Formats: sequence, C-alpha cells, structure tokens
Amino acid sequence: MRVLRALVRRKLALFGLVIIIVVVTAAGLAPWITPYPPDRQMFDGLTLEGAPLPPNAQFWLGTDLLGRDLLSRLIEGARTSLIIGVAANGAAVLIGTLVGVTAGFFGGWIGAILMRATDLMMAFPALLLAIVLAALFTPSLWIVALVIAMVNWVQVARVIYTETRSLSERDFIEAEWGIGAGRARILFRHMIPHLVSTMVVWGTLGIATTVLLEATLSYLGVGVQPPTPSWGNIIFENQTYFTSAPWLVFFPGIAIILLALSFNLVGDALRDILDPTQKGRH
Amino acid sequence: MRPHPDAPEPPSADRPVLEVRGLRTQVATPTGPKVVVDGLDLTLAPGEVLCIAGESGSGKSMAALSIMGLLPRPMARIAAGSIRLNGRELTGLGEARMRAVRGAEISMIFQEPMTSLNPVLTIGRQVGEAIEAHRSVGRADLTRLTVAALEAVRIPEAARRLKQYPHELSGGMRQRVMIAMAMACGPKVLIADEPTTALDVTIQAQILELMRDLRRDHGTAVILITHDMGVVAEMADRVVIMNQGRLVEDGPVLDVFERPRAAYTRTLLAAVPRLGAYADIDGPVRSAGRSGAAPAPDPARRPRPVAEVRDLTVRFDLTGGLLQRVVRRVHAVEGVSFDLFPGETLALVGESGCGKSTTGKALMNLIPWTGAITIDGTATHGLGRRAMRPVRRHIQMVFQDPFASLDPRMTVGDLVAEPMRIHGLARGRELDDRVAELFRRVRLEPDVRDRYPHEFSGGQRQRICIARALGLSPRLIVADESVSALDVSVQAQVLDLMQELQAEMGLSYLFISHDMAVVEQVSHRVAVMYMGRIVEIGRRRDVFGDPRHPYTRKLLTAVPRPDPRDRRDHFRRLEGEIPSPVQALDYRPPPQRFDEVRPGHIVDLSGAPEQAGG
Repeated sequence: MRVLRALVRRKLALFGLVIIIVVVTAAGLAPWITPYPPDRQMFDGLTLEGAPLPPNAQFWLGTDLLGRDLLSRLIEGARTSLIIGVAANGAAVLIGTLVGVTAGFFGGWIGAILMRATDLMMAFPALLLAIVLAALFTPSLWIVALVIAMVNWVQVARVIYTETRSLSERDFIEAEWGIGAGRARILFRHMIPHLVSTMVVWGTLGIATTVLLEATLSYLGVGVQPPTPSWGNIIFENQTYFTSAPWLVFFPGIAIILLALSFNLVGDALRDILDPTQKGRH
Repeated sequence: MRPHPDAPEPPSADRPVLEVRGLRTQVATPTGPKVVVDGLDLTLAPGEVLCIAGESGSGKSMAALSIMGLLPRPMARIAAGSIRLNGRELTGLGEARMRAVRGAEISMIFQEPMTSLNPVLTIGRQVGEAIEAHRSVGRADLTRLTVAALEAVRIPEAARRLKQYPHELSGGMRQRVMIAMAMACGPKVLIADEPTTALDVTIQAQILELMRDLRRDHGTAVILITHDMGVVAEMADRVVIMNQGRLVEDGPVLDVFERPRAAYTRTLLAAVPRLGAYADIDGPVRSAGRSGAAPAPDPARRPRPVAEVRDLTVRFDLTGGLLQRVVRRVHAVEGVSFDLFPGETLALVGESGCGKSTTGKALMNLIPWTGAITIDGTATHGLGRRAMRPVRRHIQMVFQDPFASLDPRMTVGDLVAEPMRIHGLARGRELDDRVAELFRRVRLEPDVRDRYPHEFSGGQRQRICIARALGLSPRLIVADESVSALDVSVQAQVLDLMQELQAEMGLSYLFISHDMAVVEQVSHRVAVMYMGRIVEIGRRRDVFGDPRHPYTRKLLTAVPRPDPRDRRDHFRRLEGEIPSPVQALDYRPPPQRFDEVRPGHIVDLSGAPEQAGG
C-alpha cells in the first residue's frame, strides 16, 4: 500500500501506471471490446483497388492489407505482446538472477561452471539458438515466451554476478559474518534487497527488446503463428508498405514504445521507492 | 560569532595576495538553498601559511572550492562577497578566464592523491600537461621542466618516474606528484585540502615538511585546510577556525592555541588528544577528563586471558600469468603472539599494511590464518561457520567506517536486534526491550529505531555499531580504527563511551589504530606492529615513555603535536617509504630475537629494518 501511494505521488510514474493498466485491461477484455473480430477480412476494409484504408471514422486506426481492422488487431495483439514481454522477460530476469547470485555468492567451482556456461551462451548467436529451440518445439505463444527467456537471461546473469561479487566485498557484509549470520540470512536479508533495483531495471528495460525479439521470430516464421496478431508481427507484416500505408507501422510502433516507456517509468520509481536512502527525494 | 574587532594584523606587512570579504556560498537542496559558507573574511599575506580548521560540515572545503571557482555546478554558487587575488576580483570571472588563473596564480591539491591523478596516464605526461597549460614550451624543454618540477618536490630518481603510472607510486609519492603539478607554474597561492589525511604519520610528516620548504624557497602562500589540530600547530602562521559555515576565530597560531577567545575553539582544543599528556599515569584516561577509568588488571593476579594468540601468520597468495599460478605472497602477519586479559585494552599500532587489521580479522575468524588463537578457552583454528557461532558471542568487532559497516536497507532497530535474533537470545517483547535498553546504553533515544542508517551522523552510527556488538554481551571487542573517521569532539565521546562500558562490564578491547595520541589515551598495553610483526609490546606508559625499538621512536616523533611552541624544525629523520609486505615465494622471514627490557616490556632486537633506523 505504501509503495502504491508513493507511486501515485510521482507524476511520471503515475502516467506509466495508467498506461500499463489501460493496456492490461484492454488485453484482458479483448474479446468484448474489439470493434471487429480481429481476424475478419472485411470487404469495406479495402479500397476498390484493394489498398488498405487510412484511419477514418469507421476504422479508427485504419485497416491492413487484408482489410482487417488495425485497432482490433492491436487490442488482440496486446495480449500476445504482454505475455511475451512480461512473462518471458520476467522469467529471463529470474533465471539470470538465480544464476548470477549463485555464481557470485558461492563462487568456487560452482561459480566457475555457471559463469563459463553463461559466457558460452553469450557467445552463441541468440537468434540462431531461438530458431533451433523454436524448431524443436511446435511454435505456440508459450513456447515462444520460453525460447525468449532462454536467450535473454545471460546478460542479466552477468550483471547480477558482478554486483553480487562487489556486494560481498562490502564492509557491512563482513560485519554480518562477524556477528555470526548464516549464509541464508546474508543472501536473502542483506544481498538480494540490494539487487532488486538492478532486477527492476532489467525487468523493465528488457520488455521493449523482448517484444521486438518476438517480432523477429514471427518474421522468421518461428514466432507466434498467424493469424494470431502480436505488435511485433503486425509491424513485420507491413513494413514493406511503410511509404504507402505508414499507419500500419506507426501505430503498433507507438504502442510498443509507450508500453516500454511506461514500464521504465514505473521501474525507475519502484527502484527509488524501495531504496530507503532515497526517501524524501524526488 | 564574529572575529574580535581588534584581531591582530598578519605578520607580513605586504599587500595581501588573497583577500576574501563576506563570502557566502549556497548549495541547493531539496528543501531549498542552504548556506554552507556564511560571511567568511580571509586575508592571506605573501608567504604565509594560513590554516582553516574545523570539523566536518564546517564549510572549510566549500570555502576553498569557492575561491578556486570549482564549486559543483549548478548545485552550488557564490551568493555574495568578493574574492580578490593579487588585487583582481575573481567572483565575476568567467570560466575561461578563471582557467587561466588556476594553476598559474592559484593551485589546489586534494585529500586523495590516488583519485586526483589519472590512472591511465604516466606521471611525466600529467605533470607535463600542468606545465603546458600555461606555457608553450618545446619538447626537450618540457621534459627538463617536468623533471625539475618532480625534483622540486624531492621525488627521488625523478627522470625514471616520468614513465611510471600512478599505481606504481606510494600514497606519499602520489601526493608529491600532485604538489608538483600544482606548483608547476609557480602560483603565488597553494590551497591544500586535507593533503595528509589519507597518509600515514611518517609520510604525513614528509609532506608537511615539503610544504614548509616550498613556502621558504618560493614564497608561496599556503591555505592549509585540516581537521587535525596537530597539523595546524605544526604548520600555521595564522589560524581560522570555522564552524557551521561561519568563522568563529581568526588569529596568530599562538594566540588561538593559548588564548582562544571563542567557546567553540576551546571545546575543539579540549577534545584534541595530546601525545605525552598522560606520560606519568598508568593505564587509560577518560577523554572527558573525568577520573574513574578502568583500573589496569593487576599483573600479579592475572586471570585467564580472554584471547591468547600464538604465532599467528596470515599470508595471501598473489596469482599471475596465464595459468593463474601463485607468483608472490603478501606476508600480512608473520608470527604474532600476545595475550589479552579481561578488562584490558591492548592497542595494536602501526602504519598501513603493517598487518594490524588483518590480525583483528583473524581473531574474528573472517580470513584464513595459521597459528593458534584461543578465545575465552576455545581454540578457533579451523572452526567452520557453525562451530564458530558460539565463539562469536564472546568476541565482536566494530569497523572503521560507520557509513559502510551497516546495511543501508535495514532500520537501525533491526540491525541492533539482528545479532540477538541470530543467536536466539531473545524474541518478541523481550527482544524489543533489550534493543531499547541497548540504544539507551549507547546514549541514543530508543524511538530512533525505525530510521535508516543514512539518517544518522558518523558518531551516532558508530554508537549503533557498538550497540549491535553489545547485544551479545561479548567479553572482547575488536575495534578496528573505530574512531578514525570521526571528528575529534565526536571521537572523544565515542572513546568515552567505550571506556565507560569497559569499566562497567569488564570488556576487553583490541584497539587497532594508527593514531598514537588516541592510543596513549585509551590503552593499558600497546603492541607496535611493523611489517606483519610485533616489534615492541608493553605497558602503555613504558612503550610511550621509554620506546626501545627504532620504529616505535620513529612513529612517536612523526606525530604532529597540537602545541605551536613544540614545533619540530625538521623531520629529517623520517625519510623513507613504508616497505611492502609482498615477497617472493621462497621468502623466509628472518627470526626475531626478543629482549625483556622490564617486566612485560618486550622489544624485538633482530635488527631493526633499515628504513626505520635513524
């Protein structure tokens, strides 16, 4: 409750929070609030020559190449993008943190093995790995999320590892060993809380890249399968018509930027709110 | 308080090089502008050493930055006043014109010589840049001038140093390089902001002497900013005392020390520990001046020691090369033995790298070591974390930096309760009561327990650290430079608290410190460490009154005395660097031979290290 109130008090964070709530609500209520079924190809959605329609009174954001309503597809696509962005990225941050903390805190041969494995993953082309993984399993929304999580945790692990190592050297951690604190206490009470800000930053920054990675995978045919829309694959489907029908790239692009920005704003604010030394500063 | 209206004229009758009138500096804070320097008046005569002294937050550094035009922008700004250098007004000068003044007419050196030098450029390059900034010279001339600048600050083998990087030099040498850069263009004014605070005492003495020589040879006027009244007494012609942004006293050094007018100056001077003040008293003296210090344990009926240390050795491997093999070894502690008795304070003194902190950490079993340590009857060698836990109830540690040794994300109440929780000593209401009691014990209000560490001052935090240690009712506290980071008046309060706790609870302290004056005040016995070994140990009165080892003597001579009448003319005998404890793999330390000068006063005779000889 304290955290929520503090969030609302910050204007920028409040703005981000509102956007996130709007997108989440729209995605949740998609079957009921889309003006048209997102997959229906409408005859009056195309010009007589068969070109897509720009935004107008009937189709607020215009239509795509097949005469489908862009607004309906964006609302439906929000589901996909949210699941990919939040779930896949969240999983990546969790895996990365787990690996990084374990390697950094326990060190020794466990740490060495974990970090060498991380380096190996980093050196391996992420897209290639994603394609291989996606090819092994039948592509579906959740498989795509899993694939993205498997690719994205490496950077998080690296950063968390470095931070854990430098935290371990801090005086107050030595002081904790000195009073007889056990490993679990030091890890969960004194180290993890200091890592939360890094996790939050990666958790929010990663959303934008994750949404785009999903779009890339869709484009290569191993992502979310058509006709299911996602913000990423709407852009990729239509990017070649950017000059003649710019709205088809413009609106989903805006949606991705706005969502990523909102998560960033909320993430930044959360980091400050959770840090007691920042209390009273804005 | 304002300076006395008939404050004496500076010794020199010349026109002042620097005149500051009504300087007022503001810093923007979330709660509005805060005045950090308020109506400061300074006059600096040519060739004069003016010391600005005060505790942290007194505005002394801000005053210096204001004069240099180096205030952090846009947070800080000069709100009012005038600064005249050689008759020229500096306050309205633009950055470009100010840059021409800095280095050429006025220079500044800072406390931390490592961070003030660029780590990826050679010394020669950095000093050369300082010269080129104000003069256009040819390549050959530049090298010659650079060598000359380094020689002027008495850096040995100056020509060879040109190619060296800052990390290859010791702290003292780095500070010399900083001074060489500052003096490269022969400024008339040098501002030195705590130039020796980060250095060991013997090195500090060398730097202070260097600054005196520069003044004598080049007629440079010096503004020396320091918190150390010993340095003030040693160096100053005139003293300005600042408190909370205001000038509280201004006068010739003898007057300020012997006839202080302001009440604040008197308090400040009273809090300064004076080396040799207790030469004829056994055991520690309460800093508040009250009697009733813990009596020294009677040597005839000594009970079992709280801690017995035998042949403690700590070595760290340094790896290198492709295969990360051990290439050299740091001999941090080499065969140290001592006993610590109940109710006793044993001080470990020595300079950085001598192994005193490492000894403390070995006692806490925080690092791997060899030898034998017995804490309250339990041998601790090889004890795992779990097995060590019961021993930790008897031995606790208070660290040097109270800002770093408390988890910033926990409330102080939780921090103080934590040791008792870990050891299962109390829970629920009882725990709350105990925490409240501990806060009162270290003279803090119990209702501050919901605040976070950053909301407290340094002294308060150090009390919180002590409260945390006391929660386990230990018999021994390792105090590792525990008061070094504090202002003298706060330092005196914390020392007083520690001594009070000792008298009431029979605590023993292993008091690790580099500050000889503080050590003299608090300890029953003193052990002097040099290069990982104890070279002299004995009752405090014996070691301070009749030091036998050359290194002990050197340390004692190096301490600046807070008495301007007791100035040393030169520190010639203090030349030399502190040797490094890093040795080759086949290094075998030479054996020590001890002589018992008098009961309990033991000195190492095995050839004093050459640098310590004088």
